Amino acid sequence: MAFLKRSPWILHYDASSCNGCDIEVLACLTPLYDVERFGIINTGNPKHADILLITGGINEQNRPVVKNLYEQMPEPKVVVAIGACAATGGIFRECYNIAGGVDKVIPVDVYVPGCAARPEQIIDGVVKALGILEEKRMKMTGEAQAKKEPRLAAEAGEGR
Amino acid sequence: MNWLIGAVLFLILAPVAGGLIAGIDRKITARMQGRVGPPLLQPFYDVGKLFEKENVVVTTAQNFYVLAYLVFIALSGAIFFAGGDLLLVVFAFTLAHVFLVLGAYAVHSPYSHIGAERELIQVMAYEPMIILAAVGLYMVTGSFYVAGIAAATAPAIIYLPGVFLGLAVILTIKLRKSPFDISTSHHAHQEIVKGITTEFSGSTLGEVEIAHWYENVFLLGLVYLFFAWNPVIGIVAVAVTYVVEIFIDNVTARVRWQAALKSGWLAALLGIANLAILSYMTIGGA
Repeated sequence: MAFLKRSPWILHYDASSCNGCDIEVLACLTPLYDVERFGIINTGNPKHADILLITGGINEQNRPVVKNLYEQMPEPKVVVAIGACAATGGIFRECYNIAGGVDKVIPVDVYVPGCAARPEQIIDGVVKALGILEEKRMKMTGEAQAKKEPRLAAEAGEGR
Repeated sequence: MNWLIGAVLFLILAPVAGGLIAGIDRKITARMQGRVGPPLLQPFYDVGKLFEKENVVVTTAQNFYVLAYLVFIALSGAIFFAGGDLLLVVFAFTLAHVFLVLGAYAVHSPYSHIGAERELIQVMAYEPMIILAAVGLYMVTGSFYVAGIAAATAPAIIYLPGVFLGLAVILTIKLRKSPFDISTSHHAHQEIVKGITTEFSGSTLGEVEIAHWYENVFLLGLVYLFFAWNPVIGIVAVAVTYVVEIFIDNVTARVRWQAALKSGWLAALLGIANLAILSYMTIGGA
């Protein structure tokens, strides 16, 4: 069953963004865009989240935080990098303390361009991420099945 | 035989009813905020998803405690709908929450611990009132058995308006609604992350959700007992009570734990005053 696509819970993290993209992310939750229509909830807890929305180019101080958040999220999970800074570092790219994009630290599945990214684009990016999330879930259950089958076969062999 | 049917029907139908109530709740809440809101079946999608996710377990003890929480919530509701002893229901209900608190304490996480502490405060806040509700229903109907209370012809609400109002106050705590959603809330990221459920994920969190559905159906059943002399009025009263709770949820902000505790005990005082007047009147009448 594909419940995952109908109930994606989001974790939003500001990795040294200028706050422009963050305001647009929060705009998605307001009555105007109301992403709860799609079952999307902003959780604030990595252990309950399915989608990680990151804004900003990641500086040296929040590099370990981003890694930690990503690792705490249960599988299957996807990462959406929002805005020019999250994609490449943007205008802060040359700064001595900027990693230069989220994908320098953790794997990214969807990039949403823009400075700042518009709410419509962000919703579009999240919907795209849902497709990838579903693929990952299928792969995950497939792998669990692949691990299980030889074991069951071995057990059946022993039984004989 | 009737009692067995009641218990089995509760165990099977309560999650369905509880999930639908949660869906209606979210829809009405969204409309009150000028939003479209999620589909009616959204709570089922959420729980279905939680069972699809990887279950990240910090200590295996937490899974045991959450399962015990689910079992004892279901048990207390089953005793209630089997027409059993209301006091036994209340004690099984409290025990269930003790298991949830133990589950949150099993993990070494500050957010989980602060949620557990606040949950204990909530238990302290609502416990006196919920026992007074049982005592009040006994004073009016002469029975602690739910079957006896439901069969009584006396309109309990006429005799127990104070007890009912007190119960409405602690119902806000029990339904995890504002202003008393202090132990866990979807809106308290900044202070407690997710409070008592912070460290539960995947199917364990799904079990917590299902237990909450059972709990809500049981609580609405308790509200119904006050109007049990007339089923139509009873069902209308339960619906009105729930909509008023949603309204309160949407117009109030989260209070501090001190205020939650004081409100719970003020509600209990209201209940005691009601019972004192009632006992004075009945003794005077006899």
